Amino acid sequence: MAETTIKSEIINPENLVYKKTDLMTDKVLSYCPGCGHGTTHRIIMEVIEEMGLMEDTIGIAPVGCSVLAYEFMNVDMQQAAHGRAPALATAVKRLMPHKTVFTYQGDGDLAAIGTAETIHAANRGENITIVFINNGIYGMTGGQMAPTTLPGMKSSTSPYGRDLGMMGHPLKITELVAQLPGTHYVTRQAVHTPANVRKTKKAIRKAFELQKQNVGMSFVEVVSNCNSGWKMTPVQANHWMVENMFPYYPLGDIKVDGEIVENN
Amino acid sequence: MTEEIIIAGFGGQGVLSMGKILAYSGIMQNQEVSWMPSYGPEMRGGTANVTVIISDERISSPILTEYDTAIILNQQSMDKFESMVKPGGLLLYDPNGITRHPERKDIQIYKIEASKMAAQMGLRKIFNMIVLGGYMKVKPIVELENVIKGLKKSLPERYHHMIPDNEKAITTGLEIVEEVNAV
Amino acid sequence: MEKELRLMKGNEAFGEAAIRAGTDGYFGYPITPQSEVMEYLMAEKPHERTGMVVLQAESEVASINMLYGGAGCGKKVMTSSSSPGISLMQEGISYMAGAELPCVILNVVRGGPGLGTIQPSQSDYFQSTKGGGHGDYRLITLAPSSVQEMYDFVGLGFEMAFKYRTPVLVLSDGAIGQMMEKVEIDAQVPRLTEEEIRNNYPWATTGRYKGRERNIITSLDLDPARQERHNEALQRKYREIEKNEIRFEKIGCDDADYLFVAYGTSARICQKSMQLAREKGIKVGILRPITLFPFPYAEVEKMAEKVKGILSVEMSAGQMVEDILLAVKGKTKVEHYGRMGGIIPAPGEVVDALEQKLIKG
Repeated sequence: MAETTIKSEIINPENLVYKKTDLMTDKVLSYCPGCGHGTTHRIIMEVIEEMGLMEDTIGIAPVGCSVLAYEFMNVDMQQAAHGRAPALATAVKRLMPHKTVFTYQGDGDLAAIGTAETIHAANRGENITIVFINNGIYGMTGGQMAPTTLPGMKSSTSPYGRDLGMMGHPLKITELVAQLPGTHYVTRQAVHTPANVRKTKKAIRKAFELQKQNVGMSFVEVVSNCNSGWKMTPVQANHWMVENMFPYYPLGDIKVDGEIVENN
Repeated sequence: MTEEIIIAGFGGQGVLSMGKILAYSGIMQNQEVSWMPSYGPEMRGGTANVTVIISDERISSPILTEYDTAIILNQQSMDKFESMVKPGGLLLYDPNGITRHPERKDIQIYKIEASKMAAQMGLRKIFNMIVLGGYMKVKPIVELENVIKGLKKSLPERYHHMIPDNEKAITTGLEIVEEVNAV
Repeated sequence: MEKELRLMKGNEAFGEAAIRAGTDGYFGYPITPQSEVMEYLMAEKPHERTGMVVLQAESEVASINMLYGGAGCGKKVMTSSSSPGISLMQEGISYMAGAELPCVILNVVRGGPGLGTIQPSQSDYFQSTKGGGHGDYRLITLAPSSVQEMYDFVGLGFEMAFKYRTPVLVLSDGAIGQMMEKVEIDAQVPRLTEEEIRNNYPWATTGRYKGRERNIITSLDLDPARQERHNEALQRKYREIEKNEIRFEKIGCDDADYLFVAYGTSARICQKSMQLAREKGIKVGILRPITLFPFPYAEVEKMAEKVKGILSVEMSAGQMVEDILLAVKGKTKVEHYGRMGGIIPAPGEVVDALEQKLIKG
């Protein structure tokens, strides 16, 4: 008998090795191949499913590439004005304190136009989770300079590289919010390797668990790539991210149990 | 009956709270009332004034340029409001600090030494209630019992122990108000 | 039961009405002349009285977006501000109109443009009734002219906001906010439970419980055909509002030769002006629009057929007068009299304007 695998055997339930969570819709992701958004969406939804939080979760989508996050995340979602997701989340959580409330925001949304909302929601110690995707660029509008764009990095509005004298410095907003007494857990992760995906998922799970304990804001930054904005292939973009983004935005926990992690 | 009153003086003289007690008294006797203050930076240490209207009918404009009664507690207010009393109307003032006394001949003018009396009684804080007493004497449109009810409504509970002093001040005001001239 | 009567400032009455109406959340930022709303609410401890949330936000921008979040969950939410703060909220209001979210917003108008003054004005009429933010939308605009109406329009505002799933603006001004009058206080309306919200507002993001699809609150649809259909639906809603919700008051109109059209504080001034004019033998009446959107065009037109002239009295350079002109269609003479910069017209000067612009003119 020939040892060949036929298609019907692959789709037999007992042969299932991976299943997409039902909390991701079947809609095809609008993200570029190789982008970190899709992976991050999936792990957030997996955590919600594993923790049994579907009925209790309200997510807030930003303006940016992930403006359509609600098309993919199969939980109750609101779409916020640019930068205002933490304000929406503040009200949702205060009016329904037993719910799990998260925002999903990019660097332009969270660290430029929405800086005030980010800082004040963090400082009030809102019991929400912010998932912050940092790819150092405005993806949706076509690759303009972001507050997080690295020194010398080229974008469509810094075509000769970010000139610090003229354009100011990249903003490490995650370190900034970690300083505020209202944040309890602040961490920076990535999703470019399976190991990093697992770590990020753990971080998101921890953030949602902390929300149930009413201890203040949990803030998870995910350093990601933007291969189309960076004008690279996905593989090149991940290499470039490791070599350039990680030295400036080092991975790891920044604040745990309300205490800044030393030697970070 | 409609009575349109301006009360004007320095901030801190209790101008606004006197107006409020008067307005509350009107409510207590089932009348319509309005209380319209001047507001803004001029309130801080400067002059304060409030328009109070008490009426048996629905009140039209809460903001007026002529009044049935002006209660005047400093010189600036005298300068501003003396001319705005309707002919045949009433002007009540405390002469303390007044350098130019009212000159109108077509209105009734009364004075009340409320500031002096409040100092004598050692009750400077209820200076405005002495003035209110004077007003109640010369224009008896609100009854004492309703003023007391109004006081209870407008004063926070923690100040209710001061109501007897307020009542005493009103009675004093009733006694010491003097007519300056007649029309 | 005998009604409870209180002497209250317009701003305080709005705050008390908020609690009594069973509001779930108030989100605001201080600005003169309306800060008493939040001060009153904070002092009243509504979290103890009804469980209502009161939060001082970092800006008006944050406040209005907190309203968006709360309203998206089917909660009764409100804010208050004054002109410059309301300008900052316009983006959020447009989003709420687009996402069809109910809320009540109070504008205690002060004079502009810019930082302007803290004194009362009616110069935000265009902003309130014609859109204000971007896109084709309208706000139901209620114009109180007494402290009692400041109180009553909270409950009425929520009723309309939820009936039509649209933001409702209460357009007041510094005079009504700061003055005190007698207010009849209603019995406490209980706040809705989560179950009631789920039943009453199935669109709300209350958590995707088993048996229903996820709910999405958004104003975005990148597909032009669908976006046009959404816009058409919004317009149908506004036409429905125009059909059902026009409110106005007429005073002394039966024998009137002339007509004042005025709202809010101006309408109060005009009541005195009417008395003064009638003492002089000029028969003038008042039409007071209570809803500025929807505007009582038909009623103004009806009056235009009866009177020799209409004077629009506004604390502005002349904004509502444009709606009056649209209503009148040339059937009678229309003039505007207004003061700006925080000045309230005196009753006598309105009579002078009537005589000069319409009777002698």
